[in-house]
Amino acid sequence: MRVLTCADTGVLVEVADLSEVIALRAALAARPVPGVTDVVPAARTVLLRVAPGTNTDAVAAAVTALSLDGAERAGDGGTVTIPVTYDGEDLADVAALTGLTPAEVVRAHTSATWTVAFCGFAPGFGYMVGDDPRLHVPRRSEARTRVPAGSVALAGEFAGVYPRSSPGGWRLIGRTDARVWDLDRDPPGLLRPGVRVRFTEAA
Amino acid sequence: MTELEILATGPMTTVQDAGRFGHADLGVGRSGAADTASYALANRLVANPVGAAALEVTMGGLRARARGAVTVAVTGAPVPLRVDGRGAATDAVLHLPDGAELSMGVPARGLRSYLAVRGGVDVPPVLGSRSTDVLAGLGPAVPAPGDLLPVGPAPAGFPRVDHVATAPVGGPSIDLRVVLGARDDWFTPEAVATLLSREYEVTSRSDRVGARLTGPVLERSRGGELPSEGMVAGSLQVPPNGEPVLFLADHPVTGGYPVIAVVHSAHLPRAAQAAPGTRMRFRL
Repeated sequence: MRVLTCADTGVLVEVADLSEVIALRAALAARPVPGVTDVVPAARTVLLRVAPGTNTDAVAAAVTALSLDGAERAGDGGTVTIPVTYDGEDLADVAALTGLTPAEVVRAHTSATWTVAFCGFAPGFGYMVGDDPRLHVPRRSEARTRVPAGSVALAGEFAGVYPRSSPGGWRLIGRTDARVWDLDRDPPGLLRPGVRVRFTEAA
Repeated sequence: MTELEILATGPMTTVQDAGRFGHADLGVGRSGAADTASYALANRLVANPVGAAALEVTMGGLRARARGAVTVAVTGAPVPLRVDGRGAATDAVLHLPDGAELSMGVPARGLRSYLAVRGGVDVPPVLGSRSTDVLAGLGPAVPAPGDLLPVGPAPAGFPRVDHVATAPVGGPSIDLRVVLGARDDWFTPEAVATLLSREYEVTSRSDRVGARLTGPVLERSRGGELPSEGMVAGSLQVPPNGEPVLFLADHPVTGGYPVIAVVHSAHLPRAAQAAPGTRMRFRL
């Protein structure tokens, strides 16, 4: 763990890998550090935004003292199931890149257990990591200018569901009617850090 | 019901408050008033509670009519101000009778003016905040001519002063205090020296997301890609073209380019008042 500072407004904690990101986020949720207003997990870091006047050295010390072992490595946010129609425009490309058939891609995607590691890109866009490295594919060389809301996609080590229509460079394998972002719901995001996700094939 | 009727908005007027806290882990940014100091002062003048929503007016041009008597204050970038055609003071408590029209000219200095109304702009909050996040498309709709903005109930306290003296807002050049990092080790020592000794000019491609700067290119000392990481307001993020972007209130929650330095929070309000053409100097 390496602790960096962002002037007087943030403490950026760099960890070894995504599983430590997930563990640190869970540890911070279980034992909040005084002065921290927001926790922003990302791929290899967790940013702690602090209120003005907070002693960032004290925050850094409190974070360093947190234990990342034990139950907090597990997802702590419950499980959601997302039904998917696997007819994405890039399903054939993903099959070619992984050496699987399209049906095997679907089987791998629905068999894996996914965990939301962090959100970013847009409100409610959860970066999910799975336990099947066969599904790691590079993002498209050229981004689409418009990806429809509900698109289910893969890129790098992640799976994602587009919360609203936006540009995007991930490989589309299917679509879902599940509303992953709904401001009339509390909390509005379905795919929150720590949530476990299972994808199923929609009937 | 007391309301403000919007007659004209200038280049851009948004509803802003102290920001949206506690939702960053859902990919939701802080947003809120870009110049937090001027915003807080406007609320203080009309005795509003901390965090009441106000109007952030970019480059002046706002015209609004009081529907019911209201008490207002205008702070930040000093705009020529008129009430029913008569000159009025900024940084002062103004009582507008029912039907009075307040109009702003274009500020000679600075970029953002704040109109606080006693009782606050009482539009429905989204995720606990009445701030419009222009990047995420979250929060109250951007006011347009013809809109009626509800004014909340008056707070218990009363204005204690009529007028306050303020430090000048804006100007042709500003000094900003920075702290190096979090990724200054991604840059050459010359790049760090350049950032701390040369001037950068604010371009017109600037908005609430960030001030895009032009100036000497900042060279990286290493290749490769930085995994996306959380960002704070004030970050000087350096994209591949080597010219920094100074992140403001609506900055993306995470970013994939290294941050060479971060502006100290005490100087963020001044950074938010830097109009295109302003020269910035960064000091430790």
